[in-house]
Order: sequence, then structure tokens, then C-alpha cells
Amino acid sequence: MNRRIDVSLTVNGEKVSRSVDTRTHLIDFLRSELGLTGAHTACEHGVCGACTVRVDGDAVRGCLVMAASLDGAVVETIEGLSDTGEIRDLQAAFVARNASQCGYCTPGMLVSAADILKHAPNASRDDIREHISGNYCRCTGYQAIVDAIDDVLKARRESEAA
Amino acid sequence: MNEIVTPRSLGLSREDLPNSYIGRAVPRPNARKLVEGRATYTDDVSLPRLVHAAFLRSPHAHARIVSIDTSAALDVPGVVRVFTGAELAKVCDPWVAVLAHLKGMKSAPQYPLPLERATWQGEAVVAVVADTRAAAEDGVAALAVLFDPLPAQVDMETALRPDAVIIHPELGDNLVFTRTAETGDVAAAFASAHKIVEATFHTGRHTGVTLEPRSIIADYNRADGTLTVHHSTQAPHMMQNVFATQLRMPEGDVRVICKDVGGSYGIKVHVYPDEMAVACMSRIMGRPVKFIADRFEAFGSDIHARDHRITGRLAVDAEGRFLAFDIDDLTGIGPYSVYPRTSAVEGNQVVNLCGGPYAFGAYRCTTTVVLQNKSPTCQYRAVGHPIATAVTEGLVDLAAEALGLDPVAIRRKNLIRDDAYPCTSPAGMRFEGLSHHASLDKLLDMVPLERIRADQAEQRRKGVYRGLGFASFIELTNPSPFMYGIGGAKISAQDGCTVRMDPDGSVVALSGVTEQGQGTEAILAQIVAHGVGVPVAKVKVVTGDTQTTPYGGGTWACRGAGIGGEAALQSAIALKEQILQVAGAMLQAQPSSLDIIMGEVVDRATGQSRMPLSELGRIVYYRGDTLPKDLARELVQTRHYITKEYPFAFTNGIQASWLEVDIETGIVKLLEHWCVEDCGRVINPMLVDEQVRGGIVQGIGGALYEHCIYNKDGQLLTTTLADYLVPMAAEMPDMHVGHVETPTQESLLGAKGAGEAGTAGAPAAIMNAINDALGPLSAKVFAQPFTPERILKALGTIA
Ligand code: FES
Ligand code: FES
Repeated sequence: MNRRIDVSLTVNGEKVSRSVDTRTHLIDFLRSELGLTGAHTACEHGVCGACTVRVDGDAVRGCLVMAASLDGAVVETIEGLSDTGEIRDLQAAFVARNASQCGYCTPGMLVSAADILKHAPNASRDDIREHISGNYCRCTGYQAIVDAIDDVLKARRESEAA
Repeated sequence: MNEIVTPRSLGLSREDLPNSYIGRAVPRPNARKLVEGRATYTDDVSLPRLVHAAFLRSPHAHARIVSIDTSAALDVPGVVRVFTGAELAKVCDPWVAVLAHLKGMKSAPQYPLPLERATWQGEAVVAVVADTRAAAEDGVAALAVLFDPLPAQVDMETALRPDAVIIHPELGDNLVFTRTAETGDVAAAFASAHKIVEATFHTGRHTGVTLEPRSIIADYNRADGTLTVHHSTQAPHMMQNVFATQLRMPEGDVRVICKDVGGSYGIKVHVYPDEMAVACMSRIMGRPVKFIADRFEAFGSDIHARDHRITGRLAVDAEGRFLAFDIDDLTGIGPYSVYPRTSAVEGNQVVNLCGGPYAFGAYRCTTTVVLQNKSPTCQYRAVGHPIATAVTEGLVDLAAEALGLDPVAIRRKNLIRDDAYPCTSPAGMRFEGLSHHASLDKLLDMVPLERIRADQAEQRRKGVYRGLGFASFIELTNPSPFMYGIGGAKISAQDGCTVRMDPDGSVVALSGVTEQGQGTEAILAQIVAHGVGVPVAKVKVVTGDTQTTPYGGGTWACRGAGIGGEAALQSAIALKEQILQVAGAMLQAQPSSLDIIMGEVVDRATGQSRMPLSELGRIVYYRGDTLPKDLARELVQTRHYITKEYPFAFTNGIQASWLEVDIETGIVKLLEHWCVEDCGRVINPMLVDEQVRGGIVQGIGGALYEHCIYNKDGQLLTTTLADYLVPMAAEMPDMHVGHVETPTQESLLGAKGAGEAGTAGAPAAIMNAINDALGPLSAKVFAQPFTPERILKALGTIA
């Protein structure tokens, strides 16, 4: 039950080495072990997206990845994305549109939205809705979130064109 | 300032004044931490010597607890202690959830953990405390608890039969509460009717699914005998009272802190036995204990709601005028009424709200509230509203059909006139001022009716079935003590705000109402900035700490803006008056000749700046020696507010839903949705719009997807987010929100609530739209959620 394994990884640009219980999920490792409480758990089944973080550049569900499997990985959480400023425009758009109410879904939602910015810069509103369908939000009607992401996609396209 | 303050003199409905913040879409000051992942939800708090709790939950709907063997659990590494119901009962008194004004109501005493019997599957039975949650769960797995399964009373329809299993034998039967409201001669109205329409409606048992699960840390400090509780709750002062009362402590020794709360919607305003158990365990151990429900636990132990079967009849005359409603409601609430609001209130609301938007003569409505072996139900967003609205609006559409009238025409004919107020409804509700016709007008401005009806006809020719549905509704907000207080519940209907000016001229506002994401802190900042006369960025709002904020009710039944907002406005005005007294002394001027605009004391007549507030603050706080000796210099004011004339501020609105039903698969596709609501004075339109949209989506959830499904033995089958469907982004339509403003005269601010509106009306609008779509096929659905299976059954496609 209590097997431990040593892992070394990079989290938000900092080197981290820990001995982890083999059954520990990435999200619990980040939250309990490292005190990075930005990403949340809500379903623990890979359904809701609240735990979404980046591993080696890809958006993943922190509740489905085992921490013990991450030796050598590069992990980025909402705190890291905030510090680097990569999604500052997206965060500002969320504030301006009130696309975050209780904010519990928001960190995961933003990591998913950052994925759209990166991989689908021409996404339509329907594409955005499709892409964030793995991220549940119980407070907003999603509309403000779609608006905010759409605003940023447009602004980025424009500044690209200019 | 010897003037009488009025909404007009305050510039409450004008946006063009300097420092006018009412009615403006000001962004929320607390939003940045949310988008940066730097908020503090309860689970984010860690304390020295913290231990974690996990519970063994009953696998049976009804079972006697024969024995509990804890020895193997105590041997699990990391496990610190195991607690049973009997141990916790030594430090905690049981509670009984009844309200005196709900005559004849009864329920059984409830303990943190049950003593003899488990009465629903998912009820916490034994607690294990360990140094990590994982170890606590290992401990739970090692517990040996012997249950003797008993027959379960699952079906509410049979709960009152002579052969029913009596869940609490000491109560005699499973009847919790029944009430009939009757006005006018119902029998005569039905006898004289031109047409009578009738249907039986079901609203599906569903739950709130707050994305942040229920969370609590209780921290009993043996040094000073205080209990500090970090709690994901909507009502910190209410919980302070509950912890103090049940654990036999003075109220001042209990402090409840709720920083960020990850969604609540009424789910987090109740007393949960497992959370009380956490407080008891901390009290016994003298160290902090944390419990965070996981999703599985949430489905089985968060309150459920809306498990109703309602039969309704509407009598109409030949012109299509409503004569009488006759309604019979039955609801199953699980094995206990939930403390302290009680589980009878939802059924009681159905009685209060049915027929609400309409003028008619005779009314009869009965609710029957019964026990069953399922999770307890209690108040969830828009308590009773979506049920009453679905029944009322479903019957209205049936009447329109029976008379060959258009759904808009029949509503126009029967909605209470906008000039008929104040008035009292047949259900006994007092309305101060509603705007059904103005709201309908506004809705018709927004909904492209002609285009939709043309498209509908054309699509039908192609075999595509689209429908448009309407639903008018009333919404109860700004609750007075008539909601709970008169029934003996210690739930504050008043709320307070303390406003203080600091030396740099900034303002701190401490409020008893709480922030759950709806933007309470933003609107309080706007109101205070407006009231004192400072830039909104200069106002810091503090909520969610019973030790520092004025005593109040917190967030429920839409009271944040209407009650908390008015307290904030009154305290801000008082502070401004006080500042001007001091400024008058400093500037050798009549206080009434001065004003405060954007943080500057100015000459009222000329607008010329006389002194910044920072200078006034510097002198008051650091150089008081230079001021007149007897000058009152308290730059802090507190005001409390409670409504006086009306038990509730009713609001109203109307929704429309446009959708397509795939008759091959039974799947409903939402195309567009509209909502017009009247929440009185709109303080921040952006926040109101998003509240309404979020509410609509929760209403859509209840109408189409969400369902707590049990098998006949009382086993809950929907226990993960993979089994229990909630609305996702891709299925949600564009939602258009419009406003009519009828400020309440009860307060200066004039605000009523807006949080329930979306949820109240959406299911009925969707039901009517589905039935409109299926009209040519003569199929109708009345049982929520309107799943593909139910739609195909209505179509006769499947048996
Ligand atoms: S908590 Fe990981 S997807 Fe829901
Ligand atoms: S903002 Fe509350 S869950 Fe999305």
C-alpha cells in the first residue's frame, strides 16, 4: 500500500525532488506536497477539468496522472503561468468579462483556454465551446468565458497581423 | 447635512455624476486572485498539527448498526483516532429541524453520527482521523462495521400507506408536514369553467454540484477554549451559532471564517452531520481536523432538492381568463428534515408561488412532505420556484392550447397589471410592485418572434421540430424574519456593515453578507464608494469572518444586494456625514456647504476642492491636538438594515427558450434563450447578467440533464460526474438578458435579488418549448429531466 518512489521534476521553473507515495496523483502532489493550491480537484475522475495543469507543454488532468510517473517532467500550474505573464491578456479578459464567479473552475479553465490560444488561434466560438467542454463551470453560463477567450484570440490575431 | 437623503439626492439612478458607481459594470476587485490561482478556499488552508477525517458511510438505505470494530483501523499507519456516534454525542447535543410557523411539522433528532441506525445510503456512520486523508481512508477500509439491513421506504408515493416502513417509529408515521392554502370558491370556479386543463408534473431530484465540495477545518484551542472553523459556508454567523449551541459554548468563543467559497447555490447553507462531527472531533482532540468531501461523498451527502410530483388543474372561462388553480404537491425529503431551515420549506414555497404572476379568483394548493430512505433534501437555488413555475406555466400553455390562444396572448390577458400594485396574491403573498407586462414587452423586443415562427413552420415541412416556450415567474428575495425567524430558527434576517475611513483616505467596509462568486464584494465596494464619495479602488471590502464583521445572515434567498447593500449604503452615508462634520470644523465651514467627490472634500456649490480626505485623515488620526477638543471624530460608522413593510421583496421576470427536438434520438438541442428580469435597482449590470446566465444554466441542468437516480433498494446510482450529467459549454445556447427596473420603496438603494431568476424560469420555458416543438406530433412531456428516453416514450417510439 505504501510504496514510495523518488522523483525529480521541474515545477514552475523550479527543481523539485521528493519521495512520493506511488498512489499519489499529480494534483494532490502539487497541492499537499508543494503548496501549489491554484489547481483544484472537483471530480477526481478526469471529467470536470478543475485540476488541469501542463505537463511537458500539454494540458493534462492532474487527477489522472500519477506523481511517481513524472521523473524529469516539466510541470506548469496556474501560478507559474501567472508569474511568467504568458496568459496575462487572457486573465485580464476573464476579469473584464466577469468570466469567473466563484473562481474554482477558473485555473483549470485558463489552462485549457491557453491551449486554444496555442494550438487553435483561429478557433470559432463553437470551437471554443467544444474545446472547453471538458471544463465544468457551475457558476457562469459559460458565455462570458467564451466571450473572454474569443476577445483574446481576436486581439492576438490582430496584433499578429499588424 | 440636514437634508433628507433620497435615491434622487444620492444620484442613485444617474451614471453621469462624478463618483456615481451604481448601475456601472465595474470589474470585481477580487477577480484577479481568482484568475491567478491565488484564492484561499478552505482546502487551501493548512494548520500546524492538522489531521484529516474520512468517514465510513452506510452502504444500505436503512440498516441497524450492530457492531463497530475499530481495532484493525487503529493499526493502520497514520491513523490517530476513530470516533463513533456515541462518543461524539457526549460533546454535542442533537438537533431537530422544525419551524414553529410550519404548523404540525415534525422531524427526528439528528446526531453528528447516528447512534443506532443508518437511514440513507451515504450517511456517515464512523469517522477515522489520520495524519493524511489517504491514511484516514485506509483506516476506513480497515473498519469492521456490522449492519443489519432493514426494509427501506424509498418511494415517496407509498410513504403514507399503512404498510409503509416507518422511518422514525417515535414519530408515528412518515408525514413531516402538510399545508393547504385555499382562497375563494375553488369548486364553484371549476364548476363554472369553460375549460379545465390538468396535468401531472415531476421535477427530478437533483443536487447543486458545487465545484468546490463541502469543506471544513475545525480548530479547537485548549489554551483559550475557542473554536475556529474555516468553513465553505454561505452563512458564517448562523454556523457560529450552531457550533456554539450544539457544542455548548458561548457564541463569542466560536469564530467562523470563510474566505473564498467555490460555489454554494444553497448547498452550503445547511448543517451537515459530518461537518458537525468534525467540530466535535476537534473539540475532543484539541487539534485542527480537516474534512473535504470527495465527489462520491458529495453526491450521497450534500443535500438534494426538488423531488416532487405535482398534479395541477387550471379552470378558464371562454375568453381565456383564469378562474382558479387547484394543485396537489407531494415531496420526499429523505429521513430527516435538514437543520435549521427545514426540508418543508421547498414544498411550502410551491404553495406560496404557484399561479404567482397571474390574476385569478380562487386558489387551492396542498403540499405533503414525507420521509424516505434517500439523501436528505433541502433548499437549493430558487427554492420551490422552478417547481411552481413549471406547474403554473405548463398549465397556462395547456389552457392556451385548449382555447386556441397564442401563448403570448393568454399571458398578456392574465398577467397581473403593472398598475395593480400593491396587492396580495390568492396564495397570500404581498407584492409591492411588479412589472409583468413591461417585462413581457421587453422580452418581445428581444425575441424575433416573426422570424422564429416562420423558421419553425419551414423546418417542420422538412421534418425538423423546433419549439418556442415562454415562462413568466415571480421570485422571492430580501427575506424578512417571516422566512425563518418567526419559526424559531436562529437565522439573521438583518445584516450590518461597518465602514471606516483610514488615515490615507481609503475606506474599509466590513459586511455580514458573504461572497460566493456572485460579486458581493464588488457591489458593496461600489455602494460604499458611491455613498462616501471616494474612487471605488479606494474601498476595501471584508466579508466572511464572524469575529470581524457585523452580525448578519450571509448569503441566501437573494439578500446580498437588497439587505447587505442597503446596510452598506446607510453606513456609508453616515460616515460621509461624520467626515463632513470634521471637515467643517477644519475648514471653518458649515458641513452642509461641503461635499465629498472622488476622495476630495469640495465646496458643494462650486465643486471646488477644499481638502483631500488623506489630509483630513492625517490630522484626525495623528494631529488630533489641532482639532476642537469636543469634536466628535469617529471616522467609523455601523448600520444594520432589515426590511420593515413586506415579508419579502418579490421580483419578477419572463424567459423564452428556442430549441430543436430530434425526434429520432429524443435529444433536445438548445438554440437560443432570453430572460428579462426585474431586480429593482441594478447595481452592476455585468454581474447581474452573469448571475442570470449562470442561473439559467442551472435551470437547464434540472430541465434536461441532472438527476439523482436511485434503484428500488435506495441505492444511489449517480455518484460520479460521469454518471450525473451537468451542463457543459458546448450544449449551452446564447443567452440574452434584459432588465426592467422597479426599485423597492423599502430601502434607499431599491435593490432586490437577481440570483434565482434564471433558475426559476428556465425549466418551464424549456418544457413549454419542447411541447411546442412536439405539438404537431401530439406528444407532451411533463417529467423533468426531459431526457431522450422520456421524449421518445412520449412520442411512442419506445415503450
Ligand atoms: S478533478 Fe480532475 S478532471 Fe475533475
Ligand atoms: S466560476 Fe464557479 S465553477 Fe466556474
